Amino acid sequence: MSTTLTIEDVERIAKLANLELTREEKALFTKQLADILAYAEQVQAVDTTGVEATAHVNAHDSERSDEPKPSLDVAEAVANAPDGVPEAGLFRVPRVIG
Amino acid sequence: MTLTTAREIREAIVSGKISAVEICRASLTRIEQTNPTLNAFNHVVAERAIAQATSIDARRAAGATLGPLAGVPVALKDNLCVKGVRTTASSKILDTFHPPYSATVVGKLESAGAVIVGKTNCDEFAMGSSNENSAYGPVRNPWAVEHTPGGSSGGSAAAVAAQCVPLALGSDTGGSIRQPASFCGVVGVKPTYGRVSRYGLLAFASSLDQIGPFTRSVSDAALALSALAGRDPMDSTSSLEAVPDFTDALTGDIRGVRVGVPRAFVADGVDNVVRRAFDGALDVLCDRGATLVDIELPHARYAIPVYYLICTAEASSNLARYDGVKYGHRSPTSKDDTLTTLYSRTRDEGFGAEVKRRIMLGTYVLSHGYYDAFYLKAQQVRTLLRRDYERAYEVADVIVMPTSPIPPFKLGEKTDDPLQMYLADIFTVSVNLAGLPGVSVPCGFTAGAAPLPIGFQVIGRMFDEVTMLRVADAYERATPWAKSVAPV
Repeated sequence: MSTTLTIEDVERIAKLANLELTREEKALFTKQLADILAYAEQVQAVDTTGVEATAHVNAHDSERSDEPKPSLDVAEAVANAPDGVPEAGLFRVPRVIG
Repeated sequence: MTLTTAREIREAIVSGKISAVEICRASLTRIEQTNPTLNAFNHVVAERAIAQATSIDARRAAGATLGPLAGVPVALKDNLCVKGVRTTASSKILDTFHPPYSATVVGKLESAGAVIVGKTNCDEFAMGSSNENSAYGPVRNPWAVEHTPGGSSGGSAAAVAAQCVPLALGSDTGGSIRQPASFCGVVGVKPTYGRVSRYGLLAFASSLDQIGPFTRSVSDAALALSALAGRDPMDSTSSLEAVPDFTDALTGDIRGVRVGVPRAFVADGVDNVVRRAFDGALDVLCDRGATLVDIELPHARYAIPVYYLICTAEASSNLARYDGVKYGHRSPTSKDDTLTTLYSRTRDEGFGAEVKRRIMLGTYVLSHGYYDAFYLKAQQVRTLLRRDYERAYEVADVIVMPTSPIPPFKLGEKTDDPLQMYLADIFTVSVNLAGLPGVSVPCGFTAGAAPLPIGFQVIGRMFDEVTMLRVADAYERATPWAKSVAPV
């Protein structure tokens, strides 16, 4: 498969990634991402029939039981919010439902 | 006074030759002198450091036993959280972030008696190989200030090379400890994946990230690794393996150790000055009684695309949390703006170009229609690469290769072409993909009026940092490089 990348592709990905790119950034990334993807296509030439994927290299089972434990205090967790209400334990965001 | 090694500093404090506060002040002064030139530190925590040093001196006066890093000034890469201390990952999006908790490694360092003096500059969210992607400007190489210190942990490497501190921590996702160590002429260790807890490290690519030390000797690196390593309930990927005393590994005896050299892999694209230094290192290892063994890593040539497909995919997911709501920068919104507008405008304003590029690439390779061809394929080739290493370790005890195919380059030289920058990571990224431990050790300098450091790396089996450090230490004992001091 050969990767071609259009400005519309870049706009679609930017939307998925929640990135509001400028027109200059869109033009730059269309070229740069196409170059990187064209280079990365070489992995498709490797025969991987029957090869399992490596998602991690943990030598042990890293699952644990789901037990509630003491965690960060709510007011502390909200303290860094640019528009937070620590005493209420809330973040303020723009209207979500019309 | 000169700040030498962590071991010497601790020894001088324990024996009463100098106080922890005096050592701390010397470190702070050195940072003040060099930072206008090097830009290695994003912020210094002088008061906090003096308070910690004072308590070490009080403990000594009270006759208490002092920890293995007692009074040792330490710098932390600015992607490691310290409770209440500004932590930015060199990103505008976290410009005002004060973590409500500390990384596990911070607690471990402080219980060993270390004194944290400041947070070091780095590429934004650890994404880069030259430190030029920092929102706070690049770090400069203490050996030649027009050159890069490497990246992404460039500030930590430069701080150790400039003798601001004898020990600094960095993080290594694809070479971000080893490459700047090589470029700055210091020792840098990337431990086995899982050896050191990642709790409190701002995540970039979670299956690859690992925290490790920069030092001016392999012996200090062993000391630091012993303090840092171990299982942590707060990081489920931290290993259950027992932690040996890594200092015991440093016997100086490498007779009969089988050193694997991937001849085909290192045949092409290596700068002549790096090749000569690397060949010289092989000769030294032979002289010390090691046996060189030719090995093959047939899939290592795919390491760059596999790495950049996997790390960007993981980054696109990990960095989704920076949205202007919970912490950091938030774009001003008007009454009619939606939540999505807040997210996407905040992220455009807060992230730098390289971070956006990687988020875009990662989002692309995970998206419908491209997942199998890129992301899944990369994960399968990752398996083949791991098998290459497993096979190589049937005939070799460690593997060696240059850390970087090129010596330190000039700032600005590679910023226009991201792919060219990525290609220079060829010898470091496969080690992260396979989860192996690697250490970069100084092995020479470029010629000329302003010589620049060159390093090579020793790569061990998973959880065999002992053999890796023994080989690196034996090499260091036989050579003058680690004793060289940067002119800054």
